[in-house]
Amino acid sequence: MDLSLLKTLNAERAARRAAILVTDMANGAQRLVRGGDDFHSDPLAEEFARRFRSGKSGLVQTDAGEAFLTVSVPAPRLVIIGAVHISQALVPMAEIAGFDVAVIDPRTAFATEERFPGSTLKADWPEEVLKDAPLDPFTAVAAVTHDPKIDDFPLMEALKTGCFYVGALGSRKTHGKRLERFAEAGLDPALLARIDAPIGLDIGAASPQEIAVAVLGSVIQALRKMPDAAP
Amino acid sequence: MTATDTLPDVLETAASWRDSGRSVALATVVETWGSAPRPVGSHLVIDQDGNFEGSVSGGCVEGAVVSEAMDVIETGTPTTLDFGVADETAWEVGLSCGGRIRVYVEPVV
Repeated sequence: MDLSLLKTLNAERAARRAAILVTDMANGAQRLVRGGDDFHSDPLAEEFARRFRSGKSGLVQTDAGEAFLTVSVPAPRLVIIGAVHISQALVPMAEIAGFDVAVIDPRTAFATEERFPGSTLKADWPEEVLKDAPLDPFTAVAAVTHDPKIDDFPLMEALKTGCFYVGALGSRKTHGKRLERFAEAGLDPALLARIDAPIGLDIGAASPQEIAVAVLGSVIQALRKMPDAAP
Repeated sequence: MTATDTLPDVLETAASWRDSGRSVALATVVETWGSAPRPVGSHLVIDQDGNFEGSVSGGCVEGAVVSEAMDVIETGTPTTLDFGVADETAWEVGLSCGGRIRVYVEPVV
């Protein structure tokens, strides 16, 4: 491998961008395909699209012979909107399950180091935080503040950027009003149907801790049951 | 921070070793059959002195890959290695788990 190609691949990985390194197994020739590239005219376009979703590396047969695809997709991330009681349970659970976790809440009474020791806590508005750390298809968003002023923006961003999971706390009535606001804001009805609400698996969760389990279950289900997801 | 973050990143290691003037080869698991310990896409980076980071198996075949990688560094030519209990070399290097793996080894130049 060419060192400059290796460094380009590493830079993409560091920036949480998906990339595929294509290696011709017969002659060792290599090229890099980025997730954001327009590869529709590439003979391997379908294969690339499938593997960007699954994140799985593997051999493929091409007209020119055998090629190996080294697929690099970012680690799954969970962004929790709201430093509430549910989040205090959800943060450690999600970290144990292998997620990079961030909590965003502009209400400084909630977003304290004491309530969230050692975790990635941003005591600012989602509008500000997401400027520096934008959402992407390898990120799940769970909005649990109950406050539209805080929840609405990141939820709409999550839908627009194709987050693999978008969940929102609130009753069916609250969610109905939310859908009306999002429709008025011009969001595609098909996107709105992606919101998991009421949030979490239907396991009868009652306490904040149990709701955290239900939310994490939904997030993992969305991650692992995506089309072509890794087994 | 996830558990895997605490381990050195193999591809970052490969680049930093090259930057510090070491000769480097990269080994990648390209195919597995049966129960293989490391998934397709796993990497092992090796330098000219046989230092290595990462894994392509559960430690069963790393030794053989490292010595082949030192040849690859010498010649500059990529190669593909097959390991498995079905191999005649099974008594020397093979996968105790009964699986088979194919490993691509290339120089980083």
